[in-house]
Amino acid sequence: MIHSEYSFIDALAGGVLIGLGSLLAFLASGVIPGISGLFSRILRFPSAESVWRLVFFAGLLAGAGLLFASVDSASAYRPGSSLVGVAAAGLLVGFGTRLGGGCTSGHGVCGIGLGSRTSLVATVLFMASGIATVWLFRHLNIPLLK
Amino acid sequence: MKTKWPLLLAAGVLFGAGLALSGMTNPGRVIGFLDITGHWDPSLAFVMGGALTTFAVGTAVWRRRRGSKGLFGDQLPTRDGVGPIDRSIVLGSVIFGIGWGISGFCPGPAIANLAALRPGALAFVPAMAVGALLARIGFGADQDEGS
Repeated sequence: MIHSEYSFIDALAGGVLIGLGSLLAFLASGVIPGISGLFSRILRFPSAESVWRLVFFAGLLAGAGLLFASVDSASAYRPGSSLVGVAAAGLLVGFGTRLGGGCTSGHGVCGIGLGSRTSLVATVLFMASGIATVWLFRHLNIPLLK
Repeated sequence: MKTKWPLLLAAGVLFGAGLALSGMTNPGRVIGFLDITGHWDPSLAFVMGGALTTFAVGTAVWRRRRGSKGLFGDQLPTRDGVGPIDRSIVLGSVIFGIGWGISGFCPGPAIANLAALRPGALAFVPAMAVGALLARIGFGADQDEGS
């Protein structure tokens, strides 16, 4: 286990790796490799189109697992809410990202990276909504979720 | 087509390692970024800045040197591939943000946490699948073959 104090260097280096992974997936697949879209596509009848996405996710789990096991700052974890809250949030995230056509990676990294104004608007909206939600739950202190 | 699998596996490894290294697999850190009136944690801005810049520069350089086709001859999507702003995108993004703010999870970090068998991820990811299917079946989202 590598003991390291988390810093903005980790944030930046991690971001560059995410960008490289997205770039490689984009060039190899010919589609915008947003995580919510890749995930949603494997929830269909199995086909050649789902297999490469599963391969990508196998890599994602391996890469994350490797870092969790070897760098202690990467394995730091503080839950956002109770399990009931997390499950409710999962429903909202699954529904919202597909209705909205993308998530933090599809709109926030790839869409904006390609220069899409739609992705910029979507990213501003989900960030604003996330900020407002955190603010509300901080102030209302709802026991179910915190 | 199978020749592209090793590259997509490598892409996934880079993505997953980047998520974990960046600290974004820790929901507390993501909520720290969204909590602008509290003890604000700017890390997520560095992560997105690094990822966005790398992707934007990489795709621009590729387009200039190699043209509009990908590694295996596919026509690469442009910004027009995202489509215009409509009511679904506005509403969907706002709903996504609510779930993101409650849990500190967006899809990538939640899936990455399955590697550590975190209870939060084990609750979140199946619920996310249900939500995605609901959007597709009930609201006609996600009908095309795109990303």
